[in-house]
Amino acid sequence: MTRKIHIRITIGDKIFDLINMIFLTFCLLVVFLPLLNIVSQSFSDPPSVLAGKVIFLPVKPTLASYERIISNSVIISGFANSVLISVLGTLLSVSLTIMAAYPLARNTLVGRNAIMWYFVFTMLFNGGLIPTYLVVRSLGMIDKYAALIIPNALSVWNIVIARTFFINTIPNELYEAATIDGSSDIRTFIQIALPVSKPILAVMTLFYAVGIWNSYFDSMIYLKSQEKYPLQLVLRNILISSQLQSQIIESSGGADQSQSLAIAEALKYAVIVFSSLPLMILYPFIQKYFVQGIMIGAIKG
Amino acid sequence: MLSKRTVKKSIPAINNYNGKKKLIAIFRHWQLYILLLFPVVWTFLFRYYPMYGVQIAFKDFNPGLGILQSKWVGLKYFRMFLTSPQFGQLLLNTFSISIYSILASAPVPIILAIALNECKVRVFAKTVQLVTYAPYFISTVILVAMVNQILSPYGLLNNVIKLFGGEAVNLLAKPKLFRSIYVWSGIWQGAGYSSVIYLAALSGIDKELYEAARIDGATTLQKIIYIDLPGIMPTFIILLILNSASILNVGYEKIFLMQNPLNLNVSEVISTYVYKIGLVSAQYSYSSAIGLFNSIVSMVLLTVVNYIARKTSETSLW
Repeated sequence: MTRKIHIRITIGDKIFDLINMIFLTFCLLVVFLPLLNIVSQSFSDPPSVLAGKVIFLPVKPTLASYERIISNSVIISGFANSVLISVLGTLLSVSLTIMAAYPLARNTLVGRNAIMWYFVFTMLFNGGLIPTYLVVRSLGMIDKYAALIIPNALSVWNIVIARTFFINTIPNELYEAATIDGSSDIRTFIQIALPVSKPILAVMTLFYAVGIWNSYFDSMIYLKSQEKYPLQLVLRNILISSQLQSQIIESSGGADQSQSLAIAEALKYAVIVFSSLPLMILYPFIQKYFVQGIMIGAIKG
Repeated sequence: MLSKRTVKKSIPAINNYNGKKKLIAIFRHWQLYILLLFPVVWTFLFRYYPMYGVQIAFKDFNPGLGILQSKWVGLKYFRMFLTSPQFGQLLLNTFSISIYSILASAPVPIILAIALNECKVRVFAKTVQLVTYAPYFISTVILVAMVNQILSPYGLLNNVIKLFGGEAVNLLAKPKLFRSIYVWSGIWQGAGYSSVIYLAALSGIDKELYEAARIDGATTLQKIIYIDLPGIMPTFIILLILNSASILNVGYEKIFLMQNPLNLNVSEVISTYVYKIGLVSAQYSYSSAIGLFNSIVSMVLLTVVNYIARKTSETSLW
C-alpha cells in the first residue's frame, strides 16, 4: 500500500522535475546568451561585428576595441569621477541611514511612530522635479558633486530595512543593561550596536554604492562641466546619443564610412563590457549580502 | 536592590507614559535625538521644503522675484495641461506602459522562484539564481545600450535570423514594439531580483504543511497550488500595491534613454514630459503643475489599490 503511493508520487514528481529543469535551463540561457554575445562582440574584429558574424563566440579575436578605450581620456576620467562620487556618497548615505534607523529602533524613544511617519510620508508624496531642482539650485550646488551626493542621500526604504535589523538583532535587555552600567546612548550605539551591525552596514553600503554608481539622471540635470561627468553620463553620450548618428552614416553609404561604423559598433560593445566590469567582478562576492538585505526587507513587508 | 529598581523604571513601554514622564524620557535620551537631528533636517530640506515650493504650480514663477513674490494665477497651468493636445496621448502612453509592465512582470518572478524552490539539484538552482540575478546590477544606461545593440541591424537577434536564412528587421525603428521592448527588457533585468523576494517568502512557509501534504499523498503540483501560492500571496499583494504607486512614475530614466524621434509618439510619458518642459524649456510653473498632477493621481491610485487589497485579501500597506 505504502509502496504503491510512493511509486505514484515518484512518477508525477519525475515528470514535474524534468519540466522544471527544462524551464530553469531556458531561464539560464535567456539571461546568459545575450551577455555572452555582448562579451564576444567586444573581443571580435570590427568588420566581422558589422557583418553580423558574431553569435556566441568571438570572431577573429582582437583587443583593438579595448586599446581604444584605454586611450580614451573621457571614459577614464568618467571612471575616476564615478569612483569619487560613489565613495563620498555612500559614506554620507550610510551614515544618515544608520543615524535615523538606530534611534527609531529604540523603544525608549518618545514619539518614534510620529518620527517614522515623518520619514515614510516622503515616500507617498514629494514636491516633484522642479521644486527639488530649485532647492538644490538655491543652495548653490549646480555643477558641484554635492548635487549628486546630498539631495538623494537618504532612502526611506533603507531606513525601514536597517531599523528592522536593529529591532530583530539587539534585544531591549541589552540596551537596558548598558544603561544600568552608565553607558550613554551614543556610547551604546558605538560600542554595542555598531559591532553587531556589520551585516546591515555591508548591505546598506552595497545598496547605496550600486545605486550611485549606476545613476545618470541627477548628473545630467545638475552638472554642466564635461570634465566632471561621471561614467554613466559619459556612457550615455557615447552609447545612446550617437546611436542615430551611426544610422545616418549607414544610410549615406561609402567605404570609409562603413569602416568607421564598424569600429564604432565594436567599440560600443567593448565600452559596455568595460564599464560593467567592476560590478560584475565583485558580484559573486557581494550577491549574498544583497539577498540578506532583501530577506530583511521581505520579512518586514 | 538599586539596580533592580532602575530596571523596573526603564521597562514600561513609552506608550504608557504621561506628559511629565515623557519629558523625562526625552531628556534622558537626548542623545538619540541628536542622532536623529541630521536625517530629520536633511528630510526637511530636500523632501518637505520642495513640497512648500510646489506652490509655484499655482503661480507665474519668476526666478528674479522668488517663490513668495511671484504672482498667483490659480489653476491656470493645470487648465493648460488638461486642455493641451498632448494630454490625452501622455496619459494613454503612461498608463498603457505601466499597466502592461505590471501585468507582464508580476507572474514571471513567482514562476521562477517556485521552479528554483522545487529544483532538487541544489548546485544547478544556485547557478540559475546567480546568473538570473546578475542583470539587476547593470545600470539603466548600459541596459538600454545592450538592448539597442542586440536589436540593431547587425546585432545578435538579426545575426540569428540571418543564420536561419531570414530577413533582417530593425525592431528599434518600429514604434509599435516600443512598449514590448521596454517591458520585456525590464523583466529580463528584474525577474531574478524579484524572485529572491518570493524565495524569502517561500522559505517562511511552515514546513509541517509540506509534511502533512506528503502524508496525504499530494503531488508536487498540488503542493504548489495549495501551499506555495497562498503562502506567497501577501508578498505578491504588497509588491502589487507598491507597483501601483509608481504607475505614473514608470521608469522614466529608462524610457528617456529609449526615446528617439521615431517612437516619441508612444514613448513620451508624463515624467519625461515634466523634465522636458521644466528643465529643457525652463517653464518652471507649468512643469511643476504637471508634476503635482502626477503626484496627486499617484497618491490616489495607491490609496485606492490599498483599499481594494485590504477589503478583498486582508493584506495591505496600512
